[in-house]
Amino acid sequence: MSTSAATASGVRAPSLAEAAWLVARREVRTRLRSKAFLISTGILVLAAFAGIVVGGILSANPSRTKVAVTSDVPAAVAQQLKASDSFAVRTVEGRADADRLVRSGAVDAAVARASGPLGFRVIAKTDVPEGLVGQLSVTPPVSILEKSGQDALLRYFVALGFGLVFFVTATTFGSAIAQSVVEEKQTRIVEILVAAIPARALLAGKVVGNSLLAFAQIAVLAAISVIGLTITGQGRILATLGGPIVWFAVFFVFGFVLLASMFAATGALVSRTEDIASTTTPVTMLVMAPYLLVVFGNANPLLVGIMSYVPFGAPVGMPLRLYLGTAQWWEPLVALVLLIATTAGMVALGARIYERGLLRMGSRVPWREALRA
Amino acid sequence: MIELRGIEKHFGGRPVLEDVGFRVHGGRMTGFIGGNGAGKTTTMRIILGVLAADAGTVEIDGTPIDAGARRRFGYMPEERGLYPKMPLTEQLVYLARLHGLDAARARRSTDDLVDRLGLGERRDELVEKLSLGNQQRAQIAAALVHQPEMLVLDEPFSGLDPMAVEVVLGVLRDYAHAGSPVLFSSHQLDIVERLCDDVIIIAQGRIRAAGDREKLRESHSGLRYELTGTSDTGWLRGVPGIRVVEFDGDFAVFDADDGAAAQAVLRRAVELGDVSGFTRRRPSLAEIFKEVVQ
Repeated sequence: MSTSAATASGVRAPSLAEAAWLVARREVRTRLRSKAFLISTGILVLAAFAGIVVGGILSANPSRTKVAVTSDVPAAVAQQLKASDSFAVRTVEGRADADRLVRSGAVDAAVARASGPLGFRVIAKTDVPEGLVGQLSVTPPVSILEKSGQDALLRYFVALGFGLVFFVTATTFGSAIAQSVVEEKQTRIVEILVAAIPARALLAGKVVGNSLLAFAQIAVLAAISVIGLTITGQGRILATLGGPIVWFAVFFVFGFVLLASMFAATGALVSRTEDIASTTTPVTMLVMAPYLLVVFGNANPLLVGIMSYVPFGAPVGMPLRLYLGTAQWWEPLVALVLLIATTAGMVALGARIYERGLLRMGSRVPWREALRA
Repeated sequence: MIELRGIEKHFGGRPVLEDVGFRVHGGRMTGFIGGNGAGKTTTMRIILGVLAADAGTVEIDGTPIDAGARRRFGYMPEERGLYPKMPLTEQLVYLARLHGLDAARARRSTDDLVDRLGLGERRDELVEKLSLGNQQRAQIAAALVHQPEMLVLDEPFSGLDPMAVEVVLGVLRDYAHAGSPVLFSSHQLDIVERLCDDVIIIAQGRIRAAGDREKLRESHSGLRYELTGTSDTGWLRGVPGIRVVEFDGDFAVFDADDGAAAQAVLRRAVELGDVSGFTRRRPSLAEIFKEVVQ
């Protein structure tokens, strides 16, 4: 030991990048060791997969309307119903049988012979069976001049998907960063760390480590979606969703770094884990806003249009617009430039707040002091 | 040698350190003593660059200190803490690597230190699972694992059991013998008295005394003497310029007005019988501390 006391001269000081990488590796390793993290990731992946599979099954087997048709109905009518995928046709003897089946709920509706120009009537229990009536009516030809890209339900689910994945991933890893910043302050190991490496390296390492994990999670989810859609035979959705998913991933990379630096900076303002919420709440709100907006406002083109340019909303808004086909080719590029510029500015500001807050122990550092030049 | 000059620090307008300057010599153990809030921790944080001074300089062998030099310090902060949910050796290797050791070297240094500090059986346990005493040892390992060239330790002995104190002492002595400057603060004046070559006393943000321990004791000695002989020392009472403080048959403690009066007493004692002891009494560190801090 006495020989090792003064022999550190051969030690090479780690560069900023090397120090940051060491920190990042520790972050990843620590997170991967946490059971809570592994479980929540597993649940997220399972939920995504289950959603796709269930969606596939539902769309592959749309429920058919059960219809009883009396044997004396004009043959053309019975033929027309039997030819359609939407109806399960069952032939019955006469009107009495038809009425009985409708009353008992064994069929949804019946078609029976009747006097009048059509020669048949529709029998239902309480409500007019719109689908059946539509099928048996003469509809005028319709020309749609501007086709809406996707149907409303699917749009809702795509919006929900992007919003939810962004929200869950960003809050999971964002709060993990804030936690780990405060943990270092609370245990005071931060004094040893900043005596060894610059605070910037520490911050960069945290952001990089957690970002890598977040990206990995997004990549796994994307892969699960693609695999799930393929094996459930929903390739058509994949064709329209593939591009937006790639854009989502690109936007997510920068959007997450933006949020990560904000979580780190706000985490550095407090000294105890219990106080984290008091400063990170505004950031959490920023993450939640695009999620809520997209869930409740995905049908509002103006709202989604604005959202697709605001840096916090772009990772959700722009992929959605791309999916709907309402964005020009250059629009995601402009939004991306805006996002990157905001991220660069926020990383610089976040680093300053972080360095300032890191060694302030005790009560919460007021925003005014944290932001003062 | 670590040298501080003219260090000033204010917290919110309140001066915490005023014109603090001292030297920590290589190869010597330097004790840093002062009451709570005297400025010990702030001074150490400034040496390590964890805090910035408002004024003044810190130099290593005449060169202003920079980040590279600070990496060669072993630092133990006042408030202890390691990552609670990280295994001991993994944590030590991590800290060693942050200080620039390569992977193999970090691993070797960790193994050596863990064995030396008696943590061998706990090497893969999470830090939060260690007993309090073992956590203290782990903290010391964290300060030393990167094989530093200089040590700055804030209260390294607080919370240690007597066996651990001996182990840590051994490690610090090894560093001093190898030529490293070793600075540590302590409340336990008896430990500082026993261990330190140099002593620095700080109070209210100012250095009150600094230097070689024995010289310090010398310079703070009054003219108080102890006399032990074979004859009854009652005669001392009548000697001019002498005041007896304590008296017990052939043993006496007295204050002299000057050195000549004390020497006269010694001559007289030798005339009257055998003298087995005649010593100028030196104050203990605790006494000096009390004196300079007031």
